[in-house]
Amino acid sequence: MPSLSLPQIMNPLLTQNSAQAAKLRIVIVGHVDHGKSTLIGRLFHDTNSLPEGKVEQIRKASEAEGMEFEFAFLLDALLEEQEQNITIDTTQLPFRTASREYVIIDAPGHKEFLKNMITGASSADAAILLIDAHEGIQEQSKRHAYLLSLLGIKQVVVAVNKMDLVDFREDVFSGIRAEYSTFLEKLGIEPRHFLPISAKLGKNITQASAQMAWFRGPSIVEALDQFDEPRTPEGLPLRFLVQDIYRFDERRILAGRVEAGKLSVGSELVFWPGGKRSRVRSIEEWGATTPPSEATVGESVAITLEEQIFVERGQIGSHPGVGPAEDRDIHASLFWLGADPLPLNQPFTLRLGTQSVEARLADVERVLDSSTLEPLEGQRVQLQKNEVADVRIRARRPVAFDRHDRISDTGRFVIVWGKRICGGGIIRDARDEETRGSAPADNLTWTTSPVTREDRAAHFGHRGAVLWLTGLSGSGKSTLATALEATLHRRGLATTILDGDNIRHGLSTGLGFSPEDRAENIRRVGETAMLMAEAGLIVICSLISPLRADRARVRARCEQSDLPFAEIYVSAPLDVCENRDPRGLYKLARSGDIPEFTGLSAPYESPISPELELKTDSMPLRESLDLLTQYATTFTHLTEAMEPKETGPGSGI
Amino acid sequence: MDHLDELESQSIYLLREAYHSFSNLCMPWSMGKDSNVLIWLSKKAFCGKIPYPLLHIDTTYEFPEMLEFREWALVHYDLDLIVKINEDARSGRGAYAHSIGYETHDPVTVTHELKTVALQQVMAERQFDALITGIRRDEDPTRAKERYFSPRSADFEWDYKDQPPEFWNQFTTIQEPGEHIRVQPILDWTEVDIWRYIEREKIPIPQMYFARPDQHGTHYRFRSLGCWPITKPVPSKASTISEIIAELLITKTSERAGRAQDHHERNAMQKLRAKGFM
Repeated sequence: MPSLSLPQIMNPLLTQNSAQAAKLRIVIVGHVDHGKSTLIGRLFHDTNSLPEGKVEQIRKASEAEGMEFEFAFLLDALLEEQEQNITIDTTQLPFRTASREYVIIDAPGHKEFLKNMITGASSADAAILLIDAHEGIQEQSKRHAYLLSLLGIKQVVVAVNKMDLVDFREDVFSGIRAEYSTFLEKLGIEPRHFLPISAKLGKNITQASAQMAWFRGPSIVEALDQFDEPRTPEGLPLRFLVQDIYRFDERRILAGRVEAGKLSVGSELVFWPGGKRSRVRSIEEWGATTPPSEATVGESVAITLEEQIFVERGQIGSHPGVGPAEDRDIHASLFWLGADPLPLNQPFTLRLGTQSVEARLADVERVLDSSTLEPLEGQRVQLQKNEVADVRIRARRPVAFDRHDRISDTGRFVIVWGKRICGGGIIRDARDEETRGSAPADNLTWTTSPVTREDRAAHFGHRGAVLWLTGLSGSGKSTLATALEATLHRRGLATTILDGDNIRHGLSTGLGFSPEDRAENIRRVGETAMLMAEAGLIVICSLISPLRADRARVRARCEQSDLPFAEIYVSAPLDVCENRDPRGLYKLARSGDIPEFTGLSAPYESPISPELELKTDSMPLRESLDLLTQYATTFTHLTEAMEPKETGPGSGI
Repeated sequence: MDHLDELESQSIYLLREAYHSFSNLCMPWSMGKDSNVLIWLSKKAFCGKIPYPLLHIDTTYEFPEMLEFREWALVHYDLDLIVKINEDARSGRGAYAHSIGYETHDPVTVTHELKTVALQQVMAERQFDALITGIRRDEDPTRAKERYFSPRSADFEWDYKDQPPEFWNQFTTIQEPGEHIRVQPILDWTEVDIWRYIEREKIPIPQMYFARPDQHGTHYRFRSLGCWPITKPVPSKASTISEIIAELLITKTSERAGRAQDHHERNAMQKLRAKGFM
């Protein structure tokens, strides 16, 4: 047996130390034939990381195929690959330098193999973008950089390969550096280094090259060693992904992984979607002499809970007050890898963490050209293979998620189309609990806008309010409502009208005139009015709303929310109204064509103490309108506390 | 968490995903070091209860010490174990005109018939929809290209040219009719990782991995274990795990160098694996 020398790079002390640290995962990406496999073969060879006899074995294999030996063959060990001379799938192999261990991922450059590139690159800590000095920047050089930015890979070096083909000229290198830097800048990628190399000849791989004395930077191995260790983000709120519930014995075990934050025995957990709560009773560990009391990020754990609440796979456990967003709408940047296009509104399965939910593509907001990063023109009804787009996805039931740049593991998802994963997305926007700032109640969460009621009042110059005009058909409600709106609008106030008849064309389609249906119609109008008043508008509601109880409910709802509500009784005796009969309804009701007509065949309960009564039979329209206008402006006038603050000189003293 | 903790956590995550995703799961078990790490990880993933059967494909060319270990582990771990032999191939019955064995056939043929075909037979009998395997990327270039969840066609073929994408811990869990999924929880582990983990967790393994002297006093140990006619020991004085690790850190011989079927012809491993070998 030949005696083994101990090369410097395999100093066992160094290796033992580095065994404690995670291996750095490096992906090598770039256009086809720009030399990825050759660079990997060269890195293995020059760092002495190859098994004995491997080079000889490949050399023989090359000769058998009648080909010149190439370092790329070290990886492309599959017969078909050697014949076609392209890498067909992601390869992952470990190697080590003097200072640490690496896993190197070779991601193919062919367009049709983008899914392999994403498979490889998605787990990388850092990337080498490889560019052929002779061919320059190609489509895949740009597309791959774009995908790296989507995958969140920040540590990047650019290696300009095949410098031997351009006579090691500095100007060629500088030209590529200038052009590519500009592109990468748009993506927010700032490369650590641009390096001129020749993988084939072994130039600038482990040490500086005499032919490129003009280059003062590190060799590629030195550049790799400068990458930061992958760091687990700290200080993030807990995200515990529930994988399964086990009942192998008397214990009811929640199995899952801590994807962010820390989980401790005794702490309270809230499970999303849903918001159910319980405390951690124990962390179970097979064979442990003392069970652990906490689990940190990255750990797969099994826990039991104090209270036996219903928890299922897919839910995300958080601590109270710092939970994820919960929504059916998801705004994301999506890449599509499927051979078939992804059409709008066709159901697919969305998987996020361990959640799996039916969803559909609701909107394609914009599609970017991955080479120019310019938005592509035209309305889109589907996404094509290898396209990247900003989209809105609508799920059938609420999904719990985070913004990708905040908590990446719960901020990204894949799309299963047919039986395969065909796309992935990162979430651009998420109203998590800290953002929305409010506690859940019974499975529902109330979303609070950062814009306050005061802000809106200051913006419009008046308060939002609900003016509720009630009265018989023909009493003059619609006439007064439209006239009031016109007047207020001219004065610059923000108004809208909710008309009883109009509402029945949309929001209340299908409701009749039975007491139950009338009550429901009024409830809907009331809730809509509240939303609009909350938005800062003066909402003029014009409805017969014959029953006191129905009107009282709307008033109570508004008061609950501190929204100004005023009941305005537009009154006129029945015979006057029937005489006016502006829409001919009384006539139809009399002839029996309209059943349950208020005043004739259904009761009208007049208000007992309205804020304002307008007797339209005894008062001219002009006067009624003036009274109403005056009331409305006073009612919605800003109170002192709500007046916009003077911010003139000296106000800060 | 150190590197071993990370590997362990990911493997447990994968085992739990597999158990959730498939209704009829099975874990082939060779009694080798990687296989025993998988048992250990399964115990951890499911809090002491392994919720799927183990499968030993018995080629009838097993080392006696391995069979002893099998009987010990069966009791020690409380395993649900299926033992499968391709009886027809060994005795030349049924589809076989002659008995298949190392005495008469080349290692690639024997490995295919006694391992892969035996596996196909038991899959047909038991209708397993997924298999948990103990392969690792660093063993072989074809294994380096594997996925954690890797579909195999009804005739066991691996379409390595068109593998489904796999990222962000989302896996191929839905099968075409007749397909099964290979779940490979220790794909990212290296040989040294396996040994460090065995050392840290004190996982029982067959004694054949440790160096022993032959009749001439030369010390040998097995680095990888398979059928006895085609598995050769390597010269080594490593008789403890830490000595084995120290040896691995300086060796430049590949792990499966002692496994004849890999080297019988060029691309032998690729041919075996494309037809369903693990």
